[in-house]
Amino acid sequence: MTDLIVGSIAFFGALFILMAGIGIVRMPDTYLRMSVATKSTTLGVGLSLLAFGIHFQEQMTTMRVIIIILFVMITAPVSAHLMGRATYISKNKLWDKSVCDDLENKYDKEDNLS
Amino acid sequence: MVRQFLLNVILMLVWVLLTGAFTLADFTFGFLLSYGILWLVSRLAKDEGKRYFVVVPKSIMLILFFLKELVKANLHVAYEVITPGLRIKPGIVAVPLDVTGSYEILLLTNLISLTPGTFCVDVSKDRKTLYVHEMYVGNKEEYIKNIKNGFEKRILEITQK
Repeated sequence: MTDLIVGSIAFFGALFILMAGIGIVRMPDTYLRMSVATKSTTLGVGLSLLAFGIHFQEQMTTMRVIIIILFVMITAPVSAHLMGRATYISKNKLWDKSVCDDLENKYDKEDNLS
Repeated sequence: MVRQFLLNVILMLVWVLLTGAFTLADFTFGFLLSYGILWLVSRLAKDEGKRYFVVVPKSIMLILFFLKELVKANLHVAYEVITPGLRIKPGIVAVPLDVTGSYEILLLTNLISLTPGTFCVDVSKDRKTLYVHEMYVGNKEEYIKNIKNGFEKRILEITQK
């Protein structure tokens, strides 16, 4: 029974990481690639670590797994935000079929603060 | 609120010392039991004494809501990636902010960035606007309303004095 649960959770974790990989190839724009990559891999890694923690039912392993998942979820959006901001400042264009762009002329030319 | 939390911890320690078992399950059960007792006692208190018992269930509800949104949006993006032909309509949307403190903006930004399809590009200098890059911009006002009703309302409930 535990094997069934662990197997299915690990399967879904690997599936989401595969989705992230396919998404990076298919998306036509830097911003879209970044958003797909960081979010899907965070969830996939979280599920894989959860399966790992359930399989070895020791207390120290479970505590470490919970802390690792928490740290990944805190730091991944911060890095995505910084990369997105750097991409926008170095004038990387959005995809040409984009709907709206509210961040057009908001940056100062010298110090890059809006 | 700190006082209530310290009382909770002290009662949990009293329970653990009385039963004599020091496993994690006993600590958790002692914490829940003392939370229940203190909640029953706090029904007579004024409003500041009751805040602890309002904040803790709302935080748990926020975590559960966030997990549901995460899984739902990930399935949506996975479906989008597999099927041929792109149905995305990306764009950068300026969302006006209601939360003001640094920690609340950090929490809102992290929560928005972790639901796939969206991530925050920048916060304006006077911290009143958040620029979010979103994959399915159907209608701009509707998207802004969704974010304000979903995430921001819950964060404001937790952190409002």
